[in-house]
Amino acid sequence: MPHIICFVKQVPDPETPASQFKVDEDAKKVIPAPGVQPVPSQFDTIAVEAALRIKDNHPDSTITVVSLGPDQFRDTIKHCLAMGVDEGVHINDPAVNDADHWATAEVLAATVQKLGDYDLVLAGRQSVDWDMGVVGSTVAEILGIPIVTIAKQIDYAGDKVTVERVLLDGFETVEAPTPCVVTVSNELGEPRYPQLRQIMQAAKKEVKAWTLADLGISAPQNRVNIEALYVPDTSVETEVIEGETAQEKAATLAQRLSDAKLI
Amino acid sequence: MPNGVLIFGEATEDGKLVAITAELSGAAAALGGPVTCALLGSGVEGVAEEAGQYGAEKVILVDDPILKDYQGDAYLPVAERIAKEIDPAVILFGQTMIGRDLAPRLAQRLGTAVAMDCVALSMEGDKLLAERPAYGGAARARYTFNGTPQIATVRVKALDAPAASGSAEVVKQDAGVSADQVRTTITGRTKPESTGIRLEDATVVVSGGRGLGGPEAFQQLEELAGVLGGAVGASRAVCDLGWYPVAAQVGLTGKMVTPDLYIAIGISGASQHMAGISSVKNIASVNKDADASIFKASRWAVVHDWKEFMPLFLEEVKKVKAG
Ligand SMILES: Cc1cc2nc3c(=O)[nH]c(=O)nc-3n(C[C@H](O)[C@H](O)[C@H](O)COP(=O)(O)OP(=O)(O)OC[C@H]3O[C@@H](n4cnc5c(N)ncnc54)[C@H](O)[C@@H]3O)c2cc1C
Ligand SMILES: Nc1ncnc2c1ncn2[C@@H]1O[C@H](COP(=O)(O)O)[C@@H](O)[C@H]1O
Repeated sequence: MPHIICFVKQVPDPETPASQFKVDEDAKKVIPAPGVQPVPSQFDTIAVEAALRIKDNHPDSTITVVSLGPDQFRDTIKHCLAMGVDEGVHINDPAVNDADHWATAEVLAATVQKLGDYDLVLAGRQSVDWDMGVVGSTVAEILGIPIVTIAKQIDYAGDKVTVERVLLDGFETVEAPTPCVVTVSNELGEPRYPQLRQIMQAAKKEVKAWTLADLGISAPQNRVNIEALYVPDTSVETEVIEGETAQEKAATLAQRLSDAKLI
Repeated sequence: MPNGVLIFGEATEDGKLVAITAELSGAAAALGGPVTCALLGSGVEGVAEEAGQYGAEKVILVDDPILKDYQGDAYLPVAERIAKEIDPAVILFGQTMIGRDLAPRLAQRLGTAVAMDCVALSMEGDKLLAERPAYGGAARARYTFNGTPQIATVRVKALDAPAASGSAEVVKQDAGVSADQVRTTITGRTKPESTGIRLEDATVVVSGGRGLGGPEAFQQLEELAGVLGGAVGASRAVCDLGWYPVAAQVGLTGKMVTPDLYIAIGISGASQHMAGISSVKNIASVNKDADASIFKASRWAVVHDWKEFMPLFLEEVKKVKAG
């Protein structure tokens, strides 16, 4: 009975238009855009999709999602339950409200250990707020198990997984013994979208709420500090190419590029 | 006291020095040095000397068949041993396939942290200030560390490479890794057949987005790129839809490109896409939506349906090229 653990977190919607993206430079935090709801981090629902595809082939699998964050993270866990995940664990403790990636990894690793038997841990290649991409690898090191990063396909076969990785140019197939960690990339494909019936069923599924005391650990130290957060100015002086017709615009742009010795 | 900067240089599998080595050397020297460059691989001895020409005092060469194809389990013990022996204040990797995978694991082994994908680095006393984009490039964050070594990966082409000068002492070391330490096995590789100029090296990139409506349109982009001696790129939306190969994806999770001219067609300009062209000065974009955010970063903006514009533009470019 394979047991797959997926790490999911919640983030501000990464498709928020640039014009609505604002930061509080003093608090060093992003100001949520009005009316834009937080969403599950994109690569994490893709990791859940990867787990569900394994379950499609191995129906006796159990999938647990683990999420560390404040109250509203429960929505993200519920979303994953509606996708078809079996159970959720919500680590919700004010002591780790400002956990950095390494404190997060310590808590997630402790959660995996408490859950006990597991065959596969799946994480996103990076979270889509801070884009760091370290938690999966750090957890693997803490647990002392192998890691394969940036997967586009995962085939589970009991004592091993076969993972197709995305390289900058091309792909690579890697085998790793289980248990291991795999981080997942968007090339795996779209995550399935919960149907109404599944959303209703998810309401009945269990979400365990654990604190650090339940894990038997104290709050890990942060290893980094964010000293400044700001919105960089990337705007340039733009010339809108004028013209009555496409022909005129095409000729003008070609002329500009030629004048600038770019073509 | 930890001192100096350790960088991890890179060589290609056919034994050429990767440009990031020089970029990291320059960055490390600017932080105050002294710079040690570690070079791991198989058949890389030939570039050890070259790796030392960009500001390093010493090159630690570990040339061993077990390091041929990158595998974290093989590289990590070597990196850990070198880091402990050098005891640097700062360690730098490139934000490459290797750096992405290895740096976070090394950080955990050393009980420290790593700031990934940095675009600016400086020292304030003995503190590294590591600046990196976040929120897909919509924000910038500056990090400091609570311990040492302070590790950063540096975005490819974000920092200028110094010119080659000087030379370094080359010290050879054994990998000292046994096959049973490597728990993973690479069983296959597929590389896209290289068609013409590499995206990373192109001086002109013609890139297409979801606005092109389908894969067919890329023929026109290829034709334009051909006339301009450039390469074709794509947005993630396009690659996810299977309209164009994944290897052409430009952006945060794709390639960083630095052409002199980037022509964006039917691309909206999401921050994650713009992350891949953040140091491009000349962007010309074609989009039918006058409010598309790509225009804010563009030197030239064409508000038009690409279908009508492109064939005419191709003819105009051909005229210019013909003189
Ligand atoms: C963590 C993360 C990482 C990401 N990494 C990347 C990355 O590396 N690279 C990347 O590209 N994206 C990346 N994305 C996705 C990114 O957020 C955008 O979704 C994507 O770039 C949109 O692609 P697009 O511009 O082609 O499509 P769209 O946003 O759909 O834009 C299409 C554009 O075409 C225009 N258009 C439509 N029809 C026409 C016409 N007939 N003529 C002219 N113009 C037309 C429209 O006005 C529109 O502006 C990432 C997202 C996340 C969350
Ligand atoms: N607070 C969290 N709760 C659950 N999973 C997390 C959390 N933070 C990070 N992760 C997982 O680790 C991956 C990489 O995160 P990061 O290293 O922060 O970019 C994410 O895609 C998630 O799968």
